[in-house]
Order: sequence, then structure tokens, then C-alpha cells
Amino acid sequence: MRKLGNRLLGATALLLLAAAPAAHAETLRLLTWGSYAPDELVKKFEAENPDIKVEVTFSNNEEMIAKLRATGGTGYDLAQPSHDRIYAAQLEYNIYKPLDLSKINVDQMAPNLVDGVKQNTTIEGQVYAVPHQWGTSGIMANKKEAPDAKSWADLCDAKYKGRTSMRLRRTILLGTAFSMGMNPFDLYADTAAYKDMLDKVTEKLIACKDNLKTYWTGGDDLSALMLSGEVVLSETWDSTAFKLYSQNPDIVFVPPETGALAWIDTFAMPRGGEADDAAYKWINFVIRPENVKVMSASTGSLAAVPNAADLLPDDKKAAVQAAFTQADLDNLKFFANIPPGIEDMEGIALERIKAATN
Amino acid sequence: MTGRDAGRLSLILLMTPFALWIGLLILLPQIGIGYVSLREKVGFNQYEYGFANYAAFFGEPIYRNTLLRTAWISILVTILALIIGFPVAYYIAKVARQRSRAALFLMCLIPLWVSDLVRAYGWIVLLRETGVISTTLVSLGVIAQPVEMLYNDITVVMGLVYTVILFMIVPLVSTLQGMDDALLEAGYNLGGSRFTVFRRIVVPYAMPGIVSGCIITFMLAAGSYLTPILLGGKNSSWFTEQIYNQFITRYNWEAGATFGVLLLGFTSFVVWAGLRLTGQSLATTVAKE
Repeated sequence: MRKLGNRLLGATALLLLAAAPAAHAETLRLLTWGSYAPDELVKKFEAENPDIKVEVTFSNNEEMIAKLRATGGTGYDLAQPSHDRIYAAQLEYNIYKPLDLSKINVDQMAPNLVDGVKQNTTIEGQVYAVPHQWGTSGIMANKKEAPDAKSWADLCDAKYKGRTSMRLRRTILLGTAFSMGMNPFDLYADTAAYKDMLDKVTEKLIACKDNLKTYWTGGDDLSALMLSGEVVLSETWDSTAFKLYSQNPDIVFVPPETGALAWIDTFAMPRGGEADDAAYKWINFVIRPENVKVMSASTGSLAAVPNAADLLPDDKKAAVQAAFTQADLDNLKFFANIPPGIEDMEGIALERIKAATN
Repeated sequence: MTGRDAGRLSLILLMTPFALWIGLLILLPQIGIGYVSLREKVGFNQYEYGFANYAAFFGEPIYRNTLLRTAWISILVTILALIIGFPVAYYIAKVARQRSRAALFLMCLIPLWVSDLVRAYGWIVLLRETGVISTTLVSLGVIAQPVEMLYNDITVVMGLVYTVILFMIVPLVSTLQGMDDALLEAGYNLGGSRFTVFRRIVVPYAMPGIVSGCIITFMLAAGSYLTPILLGGKNSSWFTEQIYNQFITRYNWEAGATFGVLLLGFTSFVVWAGLRLTGQSLATTVAKE
């Protein structure tokens, strides 16, 4: 027995010795969205850079900020918040560090998106983010059941009672405001007016609650609802709709007549990140055209590179063409930077809606 | 002398992990949460200290109502778990034969090996409009249209009872197992009816198990997050969800911490009130020998 124990000890010691050199390898800790780090790309990246190991954590905008705030910006080396969620979070919680643009192949990115993101995320002359993927939020309709849907307000149309869904987050507040003839982005600066707008939207969405089947919480959840036919009309990310289009061509993305809401997911570096070089390598790696193709197939969104639409897989290309006309693209409403305090007001509105019974 | 030192040393060694666990993982975070809850944000990176967060809670009916609703449903879940769990526990401890006892007990334990999330999704697969139960009923001709069985309070209560009932059964089984059958026989011999024997002998004997089972079940139900959210859908207002929203969606750690303190305080109060009303004390949870 003792002999066996000694042998085990010896074996463990050997294993530890063998494992020790591997610990020197750099680790790139990515904090990103589900599907933004497909296995294929991670493996390829690790094969190209044998001294870098990639660790991926899936999250969403709110959780990314909460996580980085809790750790003071440590624990991750590269994060991917949306472009409108960086400015206020950086001012208030100081969780990111400025990017060294000379280390990024910015010239390979779409210039208009780079400029847009720069405008949104420049603080004291320093740029905190570059674009990665972009897409829109709008509505998704099953054309067989809801052929005429064209506005955010249709989600509350009694015609589709018990057959619609939405995610109870800020997107639907903004979309509903647009459909009621208001422009929330113009009201950002005027807290009182914004509050007034939110009250109207809240009232509308509470009245609408009876019309909904449920609130969806994630892409998988929404996909199941749409594919099973339980829901025929829903607020959605366009990428989710494009994915479903390849499984059921009746399900299409409809840019609302007031304009689809456009977001850009970015690359930003947490303040306490320890693998900056690896992070820059990853950014430059995923914008190479052959990798963009793999990435877009996984995310279902357009990459922030000049000819992004051509780099989509065929089924997604068809879905995009079925969804957008040039007029829709001209009508996109890009999310504006959220000033501090706005999200707190929206939070109260969302809670009121969730708690309401009728 | 050396013997006493060794004894003391082993006592210290024995207590250290426990003290560390309680101190680092329970006490310290609670103190931190309590501290944050007293902090009030007045502006950009400016904080004042006071009870403003607590005032905000009591000023907003949504929060109060959600807390009361959470407590009320949790009490209902506890009562249902007791009513359903007691016969099961009694059967396992007293009626089943020695050999099948372990197997029965194991069958109660097996669902616990699967995570809450998976079990909640199990319910969703069964109960959704295009789910197993609905489609089966339609194909049997029992109902004409598929029905939606998710997204209401009944489903939430059912899901919660299912999740927590084990924590009711286990303490009940272990107390009931200690009961001597002679006590029951004596009760019958003295002319007691089945009900009298149950009321005057079984229940008092099982009281430690009932009390500890109820406390665990209530606390678990009130603190659960996944089951009410997933099964309750658009109408699931649960207090833990409010805490999550404050921390994550609204970046309002101060209010979130306040809610956490209030949930702990309120559930402790409910447990205390429950003990007082039924004339029990925490000491009863220790089985008498």
C-alpha cells in the first residue's frame, strides 16, 4: 500500500514537472458573446500561435460591465461590449484601457464603422474601442401567419394575441418609443423629457402584455418559440432571424418602418488585462477575410470589414437580401451613447412592466 | 500535559476549516453587502451614507409587493411540500420493508443529481404549448386545441415543490426512522384511533424533522432564481430576480445589496414567526433521543 502511495506521489510530481512549462504560455481570456468565438477559429488561432491559449467566457452587455466593474477591470484580456455601452461605463467605473491603434490593422476595417465607434468611444483624445460585428434589432415574422407585420407596434396587435414575444430589455423600450412617433436618442440629454417618454412607453407595453406569449431571454429560447410555431411575431436580433431563415424560409427579419436599431459590437481592452499582445493578435486574426467568413457563419451578423456581405455564407446572404432594401439600410438608427442615469430610469420602467398584471 | 496540548491542537485543527468557511464565505460577504446597502450614490463617483436605499424600497410598491409575493408563494410551496412529503417519508421509514427502503430513498435522491436548470427545462419540454403533454392530449382527442401550461403561478408552485421536496423528505425520514414501533402499538392498545395516534404520537415525534424540513424548504424556495424565472415567463415576479436586475441591468449595486439584506431579514422573520406561531423553537430541530 505504502509502495503504491509512493509511486502515486512520484507520478504526480512528474506530471507537475511536465505541466510546469505549459504554465508559462500566455493565456488570452476573451469576454464575449455566445457564437463570437467559434471553436474552429480558436483552434486555428492556437495553432498559429502555439504559445497562446484562448479561454472564452460567454456573456452579454450588462454582465460584461458588471463583471469588469466587480473586478476593477481585471480577469479578462479582451471584451466585446456594444459601442454605446463603453463611454459611460468607462467614465464611471474606469474598467477599460485605451487601445494602441498602431497595433491593429484598422485599414482592413470598414471606415464608416471605425469612425462611428471612434466618435462614440473617444475619451480625452484616446480611443477605447474598434468595431467587430454589427447588426440590427427589429422584428421577425412568420410570413405565413403574419404577412403584414411591419412595425414594432404590430407586436401589440390583437390580431396576434398570445402569439408574439419580445425581450424585456431596453431595445423594446426604444423601438416602441419610435413606433409612437418619438425619438429617444434626441431625448437622451433631457432627463425629464426622457422620463415622460418612458412613462408613455411603459403604459403601452403594460397594455400590450396580455398580447404576448412570454418574454424571451436568449437566442435559443427565441428560436424554439419561433420554430415550434408557438410565436409568429417577435422582437429579435437580425442574426437570430437569419439563422432561422435557413431552417424555415417563412421566418424573415422585418426592419420596422421606423428603422431597425443598429448596434456595433466592439473590441475593448479591460484595464487589468495581462495579455495585450495576444489580444491585438486576436483582433487582427479575426478580421482576415478567410476568418471573417467563419466568424460570420457563426454569429450570423455582418463583420465590420468593407465587403462584409460578400463574406457571408450563402444561406445568410439570401436572408439578408430578403430582409433589407437599400431604403431600410439608409433608415438604420444607430444606438447613441447612453448617458449615465438613463439606464437606471429604463430599469424602473422595465420592472414596472414585468410586475404589472392585467 | 502533552495530552491536553494535543487535544487542544486537534480541536483547533478541526475548527479551523469551519471557522474559515463561516468567516470568509458567510460573514465577510454579508458584512460587505450590509456596508454597500448603506451607501447611496449621489452623483458621479460620489457617495453618501444613510438609509436612503431602504427608504426607496419601502416607497416603491413594486418591490414590497414582489417580496410579499415571493414569501407567500414560498410558504405555499413549503406547506405543499410537507403535505406531499410526509406520506412519502412515512412510507419509506415505517411501511416499506427494510430491503426496499434504501432503493426508495435512492429514487428520491436521483433527481437531485441533475441540475436545477436541466430539471426546469424538463418541465418546459413537458408543459409548453407544443410540448409532450399538450400534443398527447390533442392526439387522444381529450382537448381540441393545444393548451399553454407554462407561464403561470401554478406552474411555478409545482416546479418549486418538485425542486425542494427532497429537502423535506430527508429530515422527515431520518426522524421517523428513530421512532419505535412500540409507541404506535401502545397508542392503539390504549384505544386510540388512527387519527389520534397520528396526531398525538407520530406528529410530535416527527416535529424536529418537520421544523427543520420546513425551514430548509422555505429558505430554498424564497432564494431560488431559475425555476420561477423559467417557468413563470412573463408573469414571474420573484424577489431574487429584482436583486439580479439591480446588480446587472441597472448597475445599482447599492439597491441590490439593500434588497439582499431585506430578503435575508424578511425570510428570517418569517421563519421566526412560523416557529412562534406553532410553538416551536430552533432547539426542536435537534432530534431527541
